[in-house]
Amino acid sequence: MNHLHLLTFARGSALNWALMLCVAGIVLRLFEIFGLGRKTDLAKPRINSPGSGWHTIFSRSLPPQGMLKREPVTYIGGYVFHLGLLTAILFFAPHIELIRSMTRLGWPSLPSPLVDASVVASIIALGVLLAHRLNNPVKRLLSGLCDYLAWTATLLPLLTGYMAYHHLFIEYTLMLALHIFSVDLLLVLLPFTKLFHTFSVFISRWYNGDIFGRKGVAS
Amino acid sequence: MSATLAKGLNSFKEVIDAPIASFFSSCVHCGLCAEACLFYTETGDAQFTPIHKLEPLRRVWREEYTLLGKLGKLLGLSKPLTDAELTEWEPLVYDSCTLCGRCAMVCPVGNDLTYMIRKLREGMSSSGHAPEDLIGATTRSITIGSPMGIKWPAVLAQIKHVQAETGIEVPVERAGADYLVLMSSMEIINFPEYLSALSRIFKQAGVTWTLASDAFEATNSGIQIGASDLAREIVSRIVVAAERLKVKCVISPECGHAFTALRWEGPNLMGKPFGFEVKHILEVLDELHKAGKLKTKGKDKRPLTYHDPCQIARRGGVVEQPRRLLSEVAADFREMPDAGVMNWCCGGGGGVSANSRAEPLRLQVFKHKITQIEATGVQTLITACANCRIVMEEGLEHYHMNIEVIGLTELLAEYLVEDNAP
Ligand code: SF4
Ligand code: SF4
Repeated sequence: MNHLHLLTFARGSALNWALMLCVAGIVLRLFEIFGLGRKTDLAKPRINSPGSGWHTIFSRSLPPQGMLKREPVTYIGGYVFHLGLLTAILFFAPHIELIRSMTRLGWPSLPSPLVDASVVASIIALGVLLAHRLNNPVKRLLSGLCDYLAWTATLLPLLTGYMAYHHLFIEYTLMLALHIFSVDLLLVLLPFTKLFHTFSVFISRWYNGDIFGRKGVAS
Repeated sequence: MSATLAKGLNSFKEVIDAPIASFFSSCVHCGLCAEACLFYTETGDAQFTPIHKLEPLRRVWREEYTLLGKLGKLLGLSKPLTDAELTEWEPLVYDSCTLCGRCAMVCPVGNDLTYMIRKLREGMSSSGHAPEDLIGATTRSITIGSPMGIKWPAVLAQIKHVQAETGIEVPVERAGADYLVLMSSMEIINFPEYLSALSRIFKQAGVTWTLASDAFEATNSGIQIGASDLAREIVSRIVVAAERLKVKCVISPECGHAFTALRWEGPNLMGKPFGFEVKHILEVLDELHKAGKLKTKGKDKRPLTYHDPCQIARRGGVVEQPRRLLSEVAADFREMPDAGVMNWCCGGGGGVSANSRAEPLRLQVFKHKITQIEATGVQTLITACANCRIVMEEGLEHYHMNIEVIGLTELLAEYLVEDNAP
């Protein structure tokens, strides 16, 4: 199998399978959550505000009072990593092309050097966050094999994408194939690791906002 | 497996609902919840990280309600919880969590860890892993009627004392009154000022109220220990009395957890919405003040600050009311850093103050409150929870701080305009 075959496989059957597993996994996980149900709250809410869950989905993206100062590395590292990753996924011209070819949906891209910079920032942030995870006693206590697996699976697409774009180390086609394989891996792991927060964060934040909102507190 | 352990594991399974599953699914192990919890910030001990306290519940969730967890169990990769593990976790679940809700305000993925710890305690208590002192308090609540073992004659004695002091009748068993007034044991034993302040304020406001001889205690140890069946029994006494006396509203006293127990958990424990309202005393006083029925004269010149009880502010939504009331009677009111919904706990809520084993830790974490008070430079601290009050009084004494703690209701009564004061 030459490099081109490998690439064709990575973005053909492998990607299709990965996407299918990812979607099936997400559906399963959503069933696992919502299947458990929730009892109706019989206590009269202080204010009737069905919007409080939605409010928290957005408001929880900002650090609460005093927290940025307590944990600057986690917050700043977290922002840089997430924004860099999102920029790379959603605004790199070839990615938009791929999405367009699969869904016919498309949108304008950002200049490649800008995307490149955001990828570098994102990789650096991941490095800093890993060092912090290994050094901070709380994070170390909470971390297990799955956390390091999720970290690696997130780093690989960024790293291989960067190397492919800059034609570093190995032949471009092979690097591109590796890049897409790493994305395939990420897609498969997403529903079954903490990476699932990509989706469940909207649910958990909504519940938080709803629970607090009924008591008249904006969370 | 012993029968009690099986019962405990069963209640772990029962309490897990969609919110809890979403919370565990979302956790990214960032550790930020620790930075919000005074048991971690004051000790630097990572085991006090809120999500870590929930490990037993997380394991049950994973093994019972996720495909991968079930597979792992089948392949023998994960083992069911043991009694020894639960024993090890007991101090984390009870001694180092006041159910203050601060962690739930900061978790970036929105996990309501407090909701989860409250539920976790259901399994801990039914598997026989609750602190002895809390078991004692709950048993006294069920058999005697109050966690501190207070009976109606003790309340009657206080009523007589208050009547003699104020010259105002304290109504008992008065059907059709506007309000049914509850108290906490702590108030009955330590702070009789509360009842006398209320008598005077209500007389002046011209509202009718009553005490009930079979439902005077507002606190609910059943909730703190995590035994919903017992919590229901304790709440039902109040519901029965409120319905019998046909009151429009039940007033939860200056006590934080009592308010949560009755206002938010009560209807859910009873399985039906209440036919009466439940208000915290500060809400009632604020309403009376707005309606022009609570008039005060003069202002306290001392610099004052206010400690927001967690269950009243962050978990209760009563934040503006005490500030409006204080602005009437305090000439020099100063906010603490992080005041309001992000206030720091006194360290004694959620059953911690009733748990003697937790005392050294409670006193250690109280240092945060001291830092907050010192930042304001006041010598007088106002609050609206008798439990916070006693915990802070003890803490201040332990650290040799000369600071007076006063209940807000009592402070208002001091400046009350009375037509025919005795
Ligand atoms: S703050 Fe939230 S996401 Fe982070 S470790 Fe705690 S519970 Fe998990
Ligand atoms: S509720 Fe309060 S005391 Fe309990 S874990 Fe959360 S922050 Fe800590």
